[in-house]
Amino acid sequence: MKRVVITGQGTINALGHSVPETLAAFREGRCGISELEIRDVERLSIRIGGQVKGYEPEAHFNRQQIALYDRFTQFTLLAAREAIGQSGLSFQGESAVRAGVVLGTAGGGVNTWDENYRVVYEERKNRVHPFVVPKLMNNAAASHVSIQWNLKGPSFTVATACASSNHAMGQAFHMIRSGMCDVMITGGSESMLCFGGVKAWEGLRVMSRDACRPFSANRSGMVQGEGAAVFVFEEYEHARARGADILAEVVGFAMTSDASDIVMPSRQGAARAMAGALADARLSPEDIGYINAHGTGTAANDKTECAAVADVFGAHADRLMISSTKSMHGHLIGGTGAVELLACIMALREGVIAPTIGYEEPDPECALDVVPNEAREARVDAVISNAFAFGGLNAVLALRRA
Amino acid sequence: MSTSVKDKVIEIIAEQAVLEPQDISLDATLEDLGIDSLQLVESIFAIEEAFDIQVPFNANDPSASEFDISSVGAIVRAVEGLVAEQAA
Repeated sequence: MKRVVITGQGTINALGHSVPETLAAFREGRCGISELEIRDVERLSIRIGGQVKGYEPEAHFNRQQIALYDRFTQFTLLAAREAIGQSGLSFQGESAVRAGVVLGTAGGGVNTWDENYRVVYEERKNRVHPFVVPKLMNNAAASHVSIQWNLKGPSFTVATACASSNHAMGQAFHMIRSGMCDVMITGGSESMLCFGGVKAWEGLRVMSRDACRPFSANRSGMVQGEGAAVFVFEEYEHARARGADILAEVVGFAMTSDASDIVMPSRQGAARAMAGALADARLSPEDIGYINAHGTGTAANDKTECAAVADVFGAHADRLMISSTKSMHGHLIGGTGAVELLACIMALREGVIAPTIGYEEPDPECALDVVPNEAREARVDAVISNAFAFGGLNAVLALRRA
Repeated sequence: MSTSVKDKVIEIIAEQAVLEPQDISLDATLEDLGIDSLQLVESIFAIEEAFDIQVPFNANDPSASEFDISSVGAIVRAVEGLVAEQAA
């Protein structure tokens, strides 16, 4: 089996429009959640989110591109540009054929759906823009990355709600490990902070009106975010031969299904996914220094996740660190695992653990070291990143220091 | 309790519990009736639609909500309060 390493990373999210800005926010424990600035916000009961602010599409794309790129595609292309730029790769001839792109998104072009439903239902128009379909389709972002960077190998999009990015990155990992590809552009993107997108989430009644406080006894639910993170996964020898800067190694991946409930998480399903990722990576529980939690800030997730961590890690659960960066960037739904992988790589590469901010009151059912409120310096050699989706679909990645 | 509010709330809960309205007693808890978290959220939605009210309810921690769901009778009283507020 081939070894898989990460040689580039890029992002845009509520914490920053680049990786350096985002990592600075992680180190400072800065919150990117703020008042939503969207049309008809006054008709929403949830008015906060991890919204990307100070973003002007016109600064990055021309008029024709904006007509074709939904916001989730724009975010993806900006993150991909940063990641591929850092890797130093370009794709021609055989290298193009041996490279692909697999991305996660739950909703795809939600803003495009929202805007055009308004046009036909609210404004009663009977004609929509010709590019509505290619703009809203879930694979639009993956396709535009493939087109822009000449990636001619396998490309597709994975939609498994909140686990989409982890499932996508797991596929990319498998495709390189098996020898199918040399390079995969992977990660995920989401942008559903529009009236219809937030209204749909309001319906479930699990959204917080004030803050995302994972693992804190006074938690009040989840907060949505938006943005993208994209990585360059590369076969180890391929990266070494060209002298690439290796950010981290991807060593394991596992996916499980709860086969029980469409919204309530399962302790056993989560535990099987974490244990599976460790086994796949040939790591023992004691090797793991940090877990980037799914940590949504709902009672159902946080209690179940902590119980599953205790099941898998035993006494070591009290020694490792586990934090939820959703407290800072919000829950990016299908893009969340990708943004959270940035915190995993920061832990391995820089020895800085991103905190769980907004932590106010210990919860006896979440009695782990959640790195409350302030980042911490600590050397860790291996980490896992959890994602547990609605529908009971779990995906966990394991990474090791390069 | 006004009959109309009580009957409508019981009708909504009975539908979620897949029971006849006459089988729903006011001191029954939602647990007694086998109503899970999704059915509860659907019931709250149906109540809001039926009475055109906003029910202060967070599924994240139902016991911490201002809206008392400890029994069918408690829900009926809470809805009556909200309907009265709406009219005022």
